[in-house]
Amino acid sequence: MLLTALRRLAIAVPTVLLVLALTFTALQLAPGDPVRLFLGPGADAAAAGELRRQLGLDQPLPVQFAHWLGAFLTGDWGTSIAQQRPVTAVLREALGPTIALTGLSLLLSYIGGAAIGLVQAARSRSRTDVLLTALTSVLQALPSYVLALALVLLFAYWTALLGLPEPLRLPAIGAEGISADLLDPWSRVVDRIRHAALPVTTLALIGAAGTARYVRAVTADIARQPFVRAARSRGLGERSVLVRHALRIALLPLVTLAGLQLPALFSGVVFVEAIFAWPGMGRVAVGAVLARDIPVVLAVTAVFAMLVVLGNLLADMAAWLLDPRTRGRA
Amino acid sequence: MSAGASRAMRSLAADPRAAVAMVVLGLAAVAALAAPLLAPDGTELGDVVARRFVSPLGRTPDGAFHLLGTDRFGRDLTLRLMDGARVSLAVGAMAAMVAAVLGAVLGALAGFAGGWVDRGISAVVDAALAVPRVPFLLLLVALFEPGVGITVLAIGLTGWMTIARLVRADVMTLRRREFVEAARALGATPGRILVRHVLPHALAPVLVATALAVGQAITLEAGLSFLGLGVQPPTASWGNMIAAGRDALVVAPWVALAPALAVALVVLACSLLADALESAVAGERTSSAGQEAPQR
Repeated sequence: MLLTALRRLAIAVPTVLLVLALTFTALQLAPGDPVRLFLGPGADAAAAGELRRQLGLDQPLPVQFAHWLGAFLTGDWGTSIAQQRPVTAVLREALGPTIALTGLSLLLSYIGGAAIGLVQAARSRSRTDVLLTALTSVLQALPSYVLALALVLLFAYWTALLGLPEPLRLPAIGAEGISADLLDPWSRVVDRIRHAALPVTTLALIGAAGTARYVRAVTADIARQPFVRAARSRGLGERSVLVRHALRIALLPLVTLAGLQLPALFSGVVFVEAIFAWPGMGRVAVGAVLARDIPVVLAVTAVFAMLVVLGNLLADMAAWLLDPRTRGRA
Repeated sequence: MSAGASRAMRSLAADPRAAVAMVVLGLAAVAALAAPLLAPDGTELGDVVARRFVSPLGRTPDGAFHLLGTDRFGRDLTLRLMDGARVSLAVGAMAAMVAAVLGAVLGALAGFAGGWVDRGISAVVDAALAVPRVPFLLLLVALFEPGVGITVLAIGLTGWMTIARLVRADVMTLRRREFVEAARALGATPGRILVRHVLPHALAPVLVATALAVGQAITLEAGLSFLGLGVQPPTASWGNMIAAGRDALVVAPWVALAPALAVALVVLACSLLADALESAVAGERTSSAGQEAPQR
């Protein structure tokens, strides 16, 4: 167990280093000279050279990268230009809401996706199957911002226009109401759930579509295996065959799939947070780009990438725990 | 055209998914090409207050008919949509081309050269795949000025990795085949073997991946423009049209819905085309090369 963990970690560390190198390269490609920008166009060459030496910009690029990396690894991520406070402080506030939003969406998309995929596998080639396949194909191709706006239109505006009951009229802005601090604990939980409903549904629906297509394919594949036919021939009901035998095997690749879905999820969350004004890292990044606050954008990209690597690491470990066969390879 | 390729073409022609996709993409392309031919009706808008937010199938006070209604400046949405199609389709196609060429070159290099070249390229592919695309796009846009050029480059430069993986895997198996051995025995140089003998066989999966990449690129361009970080108004792009319509979502939902539906339909068409292409290619592979169809 420990050996496998170390081995996976040994693969993850160079990946993170390469990601940081890629981000550093992107930073170098940007036009504009920070020294000229700082001193203004009228500065003389000697002063510019002096400042360049002070900032370490006269060093070769690999040395600059080493310095930058050293600062990054020790938690010195620079200062936000727009907010005039450490980048780490900005991100600390935003990390929680993003993880809550993506984690909840991933969980719900798995439950929903597995259920849809199983129904399709159980009624393969029926009208339900064809209909659900069409639905999941559309949902999977739908951009997250289009789905999000459609949900806003439906549940924030039209339900109110039509005078539908309160539970169906959902807020479309922020993670909690303006007066959340004044609410009693129970109402505050309800307030939070209502605010999370639309953003979570957007991401969960798109994720569920992908998961459902995958579960359907894998389960159909497994349903043709000899051990499933054996279970059927022993007289087990179709539901028992699918859930007890087929689904258990299908769950394994699903765990790895979770890790692979993370990059797409962290892309969709940027749009969803921007639309719903969710106080997470995606919204911070969009605001930072508009303010040209590059240290913050850089840090958000790096944190998202590290979350992906960490997620894959956890998925690998979970698969290792669940599947005795992978242990032999470790 | 080889027998296998023509068989794949026939199976593609018989696929209803391909037919639907071609109709949608064809209509979008015609709309984009025809946009400059139709005179813009918005040069002199006159009474903007009376003309704006006319609902679909409605008429402005001067009696002009508007199929999809008008936006907040009284501009005809159908014409705006056609104008936006130019940018959205062009950016999508060009960005996908950048990704496909870059992916094919790097993947072929890794698969054909092997050794440390392969290890190096594969490590970069793995690392780049770990970076979520939209946050990295935001970083690239933040470093340069937003605009059409940087949008194409940024989307292309962040989308080549899956194509590189596919090509690498194909080239690795292909270079051990007898016909490559035969070409080598006849004295062909490695470059000629790769370009003339190996790459043509690796094109099919690139085609499938490129169809998907076009859809992704259109989604991303519209998304960036929606956030105000891509194509800048007054140049119409479906993304910045959605953003403009979002402000009027309550009074005039069609202003945002029309471009949103356009993006959704075109992206869906791309993914349908990719599905149909994949089925056709898989059929061709099992029948002509005796290989197993790629498992999904």
